Amino acid sequence: MSSETIWCGQSVERVEDAALLTGRGRFIDDLGVKPGTLHAAILRSPHAHATITSIRADAARQMPGVAAILTGPDITANSASLPVGVRAQIECWPIAVDRVRYVGEPVAIAVATSRYVAEDALDLIEVDYETLPPVVDPLAALDNTGSVLHPALGSNLVNERHFRYGDPERAFADAARKISVTIRYPRNSCTPMETYGIVAEYDPGEDAYDVLTNFMGPFSLHSVMARALKVPGNRFRLRTPPDSGGSFGVKQGVFPYVVLMGVAARLCGRPVKWVEDRLEHLAASVSATNRVTTLEAAVDADGRVRALSYDQIEDVGAHIRAPEPATLYRMHGNLTGAYDIRHVAVRNRVVVTNKTPTGLNRGFGGPQVYYALERLMQRIAIELGLDPLDVIRKNLIPSGAFPYRTATGALLDSGDYTKALDLALADGQFDELRKRQEQARAEGRIYGIGLTAAVEPSVSNMGYITTVLTPEERRKAGPKNGAQATATVSLDPLGSVSVHVASAPAGQGHRTVLAQIVADELGLKPSDVRVVAELDTARDAWSIASGNYSSRFAAAVGGAAHLAAGKIKAKLARTAAAQLNVPASEIEFAQGRVRARGNPDNAVSFSRLAAASHWSPGLVPEENQALRETAFWTPPELTPPTENDEINSSLCHGFIFDFCGVEIDRITGAVRIDKYVTMHDCGRILHPGMVEGQVTGGFAHAVGAALYEEFAYGPDGAFLTGTFADYLVPTTTEVPSPVILHLETPSPFTPLGTKGVGEGNCMSTPVCLANAVADALGVESIDLPLTPAKIGALLHGDEKPQRNAKPAPATPAKGGGRALRGQGEAQVAASPEAVWEMLLDADTLASIIPGAHGVQKLSDTHFKADVTLGVGPVTGRYKADIRLSDLVRPKSVTLTGVVTGALGDGRGSGRITLTPNANGTTLSYDYDAEIGGKVASIGGRLLDGAAKMVIRQFFAALARKTGGANKRGFFARLFGGGK
Amino acid sequence: MKPARFDYLRAETLAEAHAALAEDGNDARIIAGGQTLMPMLSMRLARPKVLVDIMHLPQLRKIANSNNAIRVGAAVRQAELLNWPELATAQPLLAAALPWVGHPQTRNRGTICGSAAHADPSAEIPLSLIALGGTVELSSRRKHRSVAAEDFFTGMMSTARSEDEMIEAVTFPAARRGHGYAFNEFGRRHGDFAIVACAAVVTDKETRLAIGGVADRPSVREFGTLDGSALDDALNDFAFDLDARDDLHATARYRRELVRRMGRATIEEARQCRA
Repeated sequence: MSSETIWCGQSVERVEDAALLTGRGRFIDDLGVKPGTLHAAILRSPHAHATITSIRADAARQMPGVAAILTGPDITANSASLPVGVRAQIECWPIAVDRVRYVGEPVAIAVATSRYVAEDALDLIEVDYETLPPVVDPLAALDNTGSVLHPALGSNLVNERHFRYGDPERAFADAARKISVTIRYPRNSCTPMETYGIVAEYDPGEDAYDVLTNFMGPFSLHSVMARALKVPGNRFRLRTPPDSGGSFGVKQGVFPYVVLMGVAARLCGRPVKWVEDRLEHLAASVSATNRVTTLEAAVDADGRVRALSYDQIEDVGAHIRAPEPATLYRMHGNLTGAYDIRHVAVRNRVVVTNKTPTGLNRGFGGPQVYYALERLMQRIAIELGLDPLDVIRKNLIPSGAFPYRTATGALLDSGDYTKALDLALADGQFDELRKRQEQARAEGRIYGIGLTAAVEPSVSNMGYITTVLTPEERRKAGPKNGAQATATVSLDPLGSVSVHVASAPAGQGHRTVLAQIVADELGLKPSDVRVVAELDTARDAWSIASGNYSSRFAAAVGGAAHLAAGKIKAKLARTAAAQLNVPASEIEFAQGRVRARGNPDNAVSFSRLAAASHWSPGLVPEENQALRETAFWTPPELTPPTENDEINSSLCHGFIFDFCGVEIDRITGAVRIDKYVTMHDCGRILHPGMVEGQVTGGFAHAVGAALYEEFAYGPDGAFLTGTFADYLVPTTTEVPSPVILHLETPSPFTPLGTKGVGEGNCMSTPVCLANAVADALGVESIDLPLTPAKIGALLHGDEKPQRNAKPAPATPAKGGGRALRGQGEAQVAASPEAVWEMLLDADTLASIIPGAHGVQKLSDTHFKADVTLGVGPVTGRYKADIRLSDLVRPKSVTLTGVVTGALGDGRGSGRITLTPNANGTTLSYDYDAEIGGKVASIGGRLLDGAAKMVIRQFFAALARKTGGANKRGFFARLFGGGK
Repeated sequence: MKPARFDYLRAETLAEAHAALAEDGNDARIIAGGQTLMPMLSMRLARPKVLVDIMHLPQLRKIANSNNAIRVGAAVRQAELLNWPELATAQPLLAAALPWVGHPQTRNRGTICGSAAHADPSAEIPLSLIALGGTVELSSRRKHRSVAAEDFFTGMMSTARSEDEMIEAVTFPAARRGHGYAFNEFGRRHGDFAIVACAAVVTDKETRLAIGGVADRPSVREFGTLDGSALDDALNDFAFDLDARDDLHATARYRRELVRRMGRATIEEARQCRA
């Protein structure tokens, strides 16, 4: 490292910001397209699980402006199934083929002259589905009684592996106590501001694809895409735009769409552009995995943990899409967290369910593991009557033990966990927080404290995913390991410096930091160094590890840039040495000059020296010619899994210790974060401002995961959080500023001593907040998100009963349910016989079914109708299929209906009972309905009221028809009281 | 998320807007601030034939405070009423409720009357109209009429407006001496749709409590001078009568709990304000 290092460690102004803050960012949708470029829109499944019986798209194809309507067979005929990372009889297509397996799965693609026309065309495509029983819960997926998503697989269990490290059986047998937790980690995502975008082109003359997309890597997926498109890697050119609006892992998931749009461009003979909209993004981009974990510890009486036993059931959604099941294995080396635990047993099962396929997401596997591990540490303290802080401290990997090999194979590079913990307690004023809690509790307030210790892995070993294979399977496939980082530094004829990296940034500031690193090495100012970060696989140096994930930038990419600059520097130094007549070892680079150490006047300007190999190569010996240097760097520590399944899954391991205080509102159950302290040791810090930004951003995502966000599914697999009105991302109002503390223990394994820091709080903060809430409420188990209603249910005790002996409310209290149920009563001025005749008469039905455009009688008890249904401005046209059953003339009948339309589909049934009374008939009804598709995913809050409204309209019309019309006000009031 | 094709009519006169509504009925939609309608168009939940823009009619842009009533024209934006210097004295309930309406960005575009027209069961503006006993002025080519707020809101996103009518203004009774007002709301995040919203208006003999976010429309009940456990019992009745439902964000039981507890707190706050 240069002795003149000055820029690294400073919060220099970001070179990216001038453009971003003045609207000059160049995101994919800002870039022009070639004349004639077509636009795609995607028709998506409204069902969680169904067979596609037919797709009628002729009307859509005939629409002016429509170039093509593509469905599953078009894609399968022109591509290959996406390779998957496990050995299983399973195909993985980027579009539904014969069967849909999650709400939002692509079913058809309309390609047209504009996105508007393409969406108009989608409206004209008719798809018939036969629904299949959905599998929503990962535990239900394991029990083989329900549906099987992929029949060739025979079950929904895709992969199962057992691991054993040390002697866990004996440790458990000898343990003083066995303490366990079972947790269900929910689905969520870090929802980048910019969604996916692609412009795909196909050149038939060269049989080559050229795709511009805001893909973020890992570029191992380049191979996946090229193989799916059936071309060699050199005929699949992937380019990224200069700017990408956030990624957080999620933009890995654009790759199946690259295949779709590549095929679309090929079949249409023109470039095709697709920009994902927010509805598509929330429903069907990628989600983090949800996981059910049972974690048990063998513990000494004093709280020392001797062994852990994990049982993890990972739900990857409907398809096991590359690089899954990586979420499950990314943390494999780190299953013991920050603790010195030598015996570990693991059972890992990967299941498929009728939910969106999962993929990369900030924290990647960390939140799931730490939620179990750190909830367990709190439980150990409580069950043994110990202070949770003491239990953490007692189990931490001792200072001086680094590099430390964990039981499961990770090589923890550096750290001093106890020192970091003590520093955090002191500088974060932990004692004050405990006093604050005592005072709050004395005042009758509900206040809790949470603690978390975590190891934050960074720079993934590209071989860790092969831990999912058995040692025999790995031997057959050949070893995989390492993580090539690449950087190129070049000098131009004016002697200025350019840097190129394959890091695919999404707003982090890679260009700024690289300029700092290279400027330090070459004795320049960061503004002298221009960094290009957009990537073109046809022109730039890259490898499978390229991209923006696993917090690899500062450690791997920054390190590679440092090495590339060093290579150029060494050559320049030798040339300078000849010119200045001193040994090369005496040459130093500083202040834009290259000079003899100790004699700054004996110098040459950097730019003159740097230009020499362009202008006078004949005077520079070949070995000293400095034009362009590329460094490829892969750390030797990233070895493949051993025969015993030990895996050093990541190169660097930061340390985090968090503590927080939360107060819970007694009335609403809302959690207020009173104080949050987060201590990080992420090695050497290159840019303190950006590190603070990473910690703050990760913390904000974690607050979302802990308190607000969940991709929710109904029991029928309906997707319930299709907009940002239901998928609740915290805003700046909801995210307090954490106290951020640092200890810097450089990594011995990286060129600059740096480690990753981008994901840590996504791992540590959700469980830290949960520990605080559990402490506040004194509850044993609690799952995320910690919603007010969930906490309210724990706080509010038994409900004050209803006065007067009215029947209990129709719906039992439960969270997240969306089956619509109700009942009501109406007085009709006609005899039961007369009402009965009307209910069975097509013409009467036509006049009382709200918005019916004609009722077709197929039999005495089977009707079809076109209806317009809706409330307020939200109206849609549906096809209704109505059947009458259980007829007890003229007393009762069951009416079962199915409606399908572009806005969604509903099915329900109602039992109608007719009872004669003095003035005619008392008509009572109760109904039960389920609504899916678009309206369910974007209007869940209003569905119940809307269903009630439509049903009320039906009975109001019936009452009017039977002579109630003149008493409209009276009936309206009656129906208004219906439930 | 691209709207289906529609026509756009920028009304230069009220008569022009009335004519469009008379001609196309439910296929015509008034657009004012567009904060609800635009997303609905983009998601193709709504597919009107024609949008009638009324934001350029000067007579609809007025806030008038006379005869103990605050009349807010159909083109008055939420931010304009919130920033109206007289608001805090003219009607403290509105001053308390309006900051809960969406976010500054949506309030800068959204209108008071647009929120009334949309009749979202969680919205603060319909709730305030109900609590205060305001009125809604409807006009069409046929006639001009005023409807009491309690009769105007008929259900989920449904109102007493006929197809050919538009809201021309809403009127809130102005604050009166000896009245106490209070507003409280709970949502998951600030600016979210209310899980429960409470508005109370208290005089020496009356206690009106209106609740939003629970039933299919904002609902009001009179509690007179009830206090202590009698008030708790009456609030419990109200909570059950609202027929709360479970949704993604809260259970029915949770909503009833908030009606009982937040409702009580809101009444007490309004009584204190009166004193």
